[in-house]
Amino acid sequence: MERYVLEMRNITKEFPGVKALDNVNLKVKEHQIHALVGENGAGKSTLMNVLSGVYGHGTYDGEIFVNGELCEFKGIKESEAKGIAIIHQELALVSTLSIAENVFLGNEQVKTGIVIDWDMTRNKTKEMMKKVGLTEHIDMHVGELGMGKQQLVEIVKALSKDVKLLILDEPTAALNDEDSDHLLNLLLELKGQGITSIIISHKLNEITKVADEITVIRDGHTIETLVKGVDEITEDRIIKGMVGRPMVDRFPRRSLKIGEVIFEVKNWNVHDPKDDSKLKIKDVSFNTRKGEVVGLAGLMGAGRTELAMSLFGRSYGSKITGTVMKNGVEIKLHSVKDAIKNGIAYTTEDRKSAGLILSDDIRHNITLASLDKLSKNLVIDENEEIKVAEEYRKKLRIKSSGIFQRAGDLSGGNQQKIVFSKWIFSDPDVLILDEPTRGIDVGAKYEIYSVINELAEHGKTILMISSEMPELLGMCDRIYVLNEGQIVGELTSEDASQENIMTCIMQSN
Amino acid sequence: MSNKLSAMFKKNIRSSVMIIALAVVTILFEFLTGGVLLKPLNISNLIMQNAYILILSIGMLLAILTGGNIDLSVGSVAGFVGAISAVLVVSMGMPVFWAIMISLLVGLLIGIWQGFWIAYRGVPAFIATLAGMLVFRGLTLVILQGKSIAPLPKSYSFLASGFIPDIFGGTNINILAVAMGIVASLIYLFFQIKSRAAKSKYDFEVTPAWLFNIKNIGIIAIINAFTFALASYRGIPMVLVIVVVLVIVYSFFTMKTIPGRHIYAFGGNEKASKLSGVNVKKTLFWVYVNMSVLAAFAGIIFTGRLGSATPKAGVNFELDAIAACFIGGASTTGGVGTVVGAIVGGLLMGVLNNGMSILGVSIDWQQAIKGFVLLSAVAFDVYSKSKVKS
Repeated sequence: MERYVLEMRNITKEFPGVKALDNVNLKVKEHQIHALVGENGAGKSTLMNVLSGVYGHGTYDGEIFVNGELCEFKGIKESEAKGIAIIHQELALVSTLSIAENVFLGNEQVKTGIVIDWDMTRNKTKEMMKKVGLTEHIDMHVGELGMGKQQLVEIVKALSKDVKLLILDEPTAALNDEDSDHLLNLLLELKGQGITSIIISHKLNEITKVADEITVIRDGHTIETLVKGVDEITEDRIIKGMVGRPMVDRFPRRSLKIGEVIFEVKNWNVHDPKDDSKLKIKDVSFNTRKGEVVGLAGLMGAGRTELAMSLFGRSYGSKITGTVMKNGVEIKLHSVKDAIKNGIAYTTEDRKSAGLILSDDIRHNITLASLDKLSKNLVIDENEEIKVAEEYRKKLRIKSSGIFQRAGDLSGGNQQKIVFSKWIFSDPDVLILDEPTRGIDVGAKYEIYSVINELAEHGKTILMISSEMPELLGMCDRIYVLNEGQIVGELTSEDASQENIMTCIMQSN
Repeated sequence: MSNKLSAMFKKNIRSSVMIIALAVVTILFEFLTGGVLLKPLNISNLIMQNAYILILSIGMLLAILTGGNIDLSVGSVAGFVGAISAVLVVSMGMPVFWAIMISLLVGLLIGIWQGFWIAYRGVPAFIATLAGMLVFRGLTLVILQGKSIAPLPKSYSFLASGFIPDIFGGTNINILAVAMGIVASLIYLFFQIKSRAAKSKYDFEVTPAWLFNIKNIGIIAIINAFTFALASYRGIPMVLVIVVVLVIVYSFFTMKTIPGRHIYAFGGNEKASKLSGVNVKKTLFWVYVNMSVLAAFAGIIFTGRLGSATPKAGVNFELDAIAACFIGGASTTGGVGTVVGAIVGGLLMGVLNNGMSILGVSIDWQQAIKGFVLLSAVAFDVYSKSKVKS
């Protein structure tokens, strides 16, 4: 019988009004990669916070055993001392400090007292960076690194604390495929070196690839633990555990009624606003038809968001040239206001920092882009506003206590529904959706897909940017492939496959 | 819908607490001063002493809403504009009306100048207005050549320390003041009933009738008690009318209009506002233009009250205005706060000052106590927010 490096027994954690965890059990074997899956709000993060001591001993019921020893962590420092390190989705790095400084932040290597031993700091950092395959200079500021490399710095930081059990919360959510692969391979390598990992992820394809065991949590309960080689491990099987029923189809069908071309972009060129001489989008031309969902595929940095934002009232870029046609007529989009007036909507990939006013309530967020519709002589009709907000809250089933709840208090899926409400209310003909399901759980994803389908069925045209290829393949009628600012392929839904998209990208390089 | 009530209460908890605090402090000092605080004469004084800070607080609130930006220049701008108007009236003999118009125009130009650097050149507001604070203090000294200019004519001081003449010619009591109280009550009642009717039309739940009535009777009683007290002294101070009008106009502007909503949205999340079609630069620009115009106005009021323009006029006004906003519940990160809150904050400090003066507490202590009030108000805010979150 293998040893358990971690056993959490009957963990129950209550918040005022909610039982976030109800007798949850988690057993993690040594030298394994253990995946923790569940919908948003299922209790995964709460469980990990209990484990790492963020919610200290006494605030929950149940027992935690690390290597068979009962532990009562009062804070993160205590769990770290036992070799447990947690890497949160929002990285805890200081972007203005160097790699070496970040790695030993809070754990500074000292000669005596408070004087930092820089030689030791740098040597140790260098050594550990080799382990994870980071070749950057140790004095480089973390802010200059891409997301993938920053994630590696976090892992180096964990390694520097002599980690035995590494917990990663959505480590690949913000990474492109290449960086994700690198990270997952690194976890496998670390496993070989005796480091156990717990990985929380929504990306089921990754989990099925690397996990030895998978524990499914739903509504604060442990549902099951699937073991590689014993149980069937497929994405559908995991989803069944997560949502409590088999999901017949991850992508809802829509009735196809594709009409004529409504939105057309010709010879679109955009320069980098930070460096006028750099062309970010090169001579891009594409079109979308009425009732059609068109995908925009590409690797991270291909310029998809830049293309979308430059079209949306020049929210990105400088020295923009090219024409945009709607219903065969050229339209000028010099500002976001122009874009909204011309029936174009853009939902950002970065919901929290660019999509919502988290401190304000649902109502004000829904109406912000279309206040003109609710007002006369600049004076807002507040009663009408409440009516509209209430209507959308019901229509898109935004789970909340009411339209006066703060947007910041809702889950990712519900926040995205607010963003969708806002833009649907602006009554657009063209919707550009940038990563519409990023960081959203399976159930909410399905709802968002249904909303997209309904929009298409109502004759809107949709341009969908996504880094999740299965999503593009499942939802789109046509896919454009973008690479280094250029369109390098156009695939119909019959021709589209993960291989074909990658081939387009590779051949263009 | 009871959720709505509790949600609204939570959102407004700071301002309700501050209103209660204001009432408690007022009652406390009324008691400590043996009834002097709320004597008609003193109420008039209280209003006139604090009017310019209240005017500044309104403008400052808008600046703070745009993301915790503060305008450090308002004290210097007030001093500078006061000096200009005094030079125009006293040294150059210009008619008061035109002198005031030109002074307000100077405020507008200063606002355009500062707004340009802040909104269109991206200079942090803190820095741009710190520069303004130094520049306009310096220019005040230049204009006044280090001396005071006095005396200003009565017509100039009317805005700051005049009373609205009683057209009904009451002898012992100012009939106009009483009448204005009644008219204000009726207007208030009219809008309350209208808004209630609109809500019913939409089938929204309204507060129960008994609560609605009690609330209205209470507020009307306060309005009339207040105007009656003023009536038994010299009537309605001109500056009170100005402040009340500004509060109503700016409350309406911030709560009910699109530009007002844009200010809140901008303070809540600049990027999201931009992507929702808010012209953030324009919004920021006008907030600072508005601030300087109000600062100019406050400068005219202060100069009028003093009856002279002095080189020291306006020193530290910005700090009082900033404190009023934060005591009144504005968030240091922007997007949260109300005009009424800022006024309540300003009045709270005003009553403290006035009450302590009556008790003979020295200015030094008053300053220190105001500091503690600011700290405890914001500390309470931070504490209550952390409770709501967890």
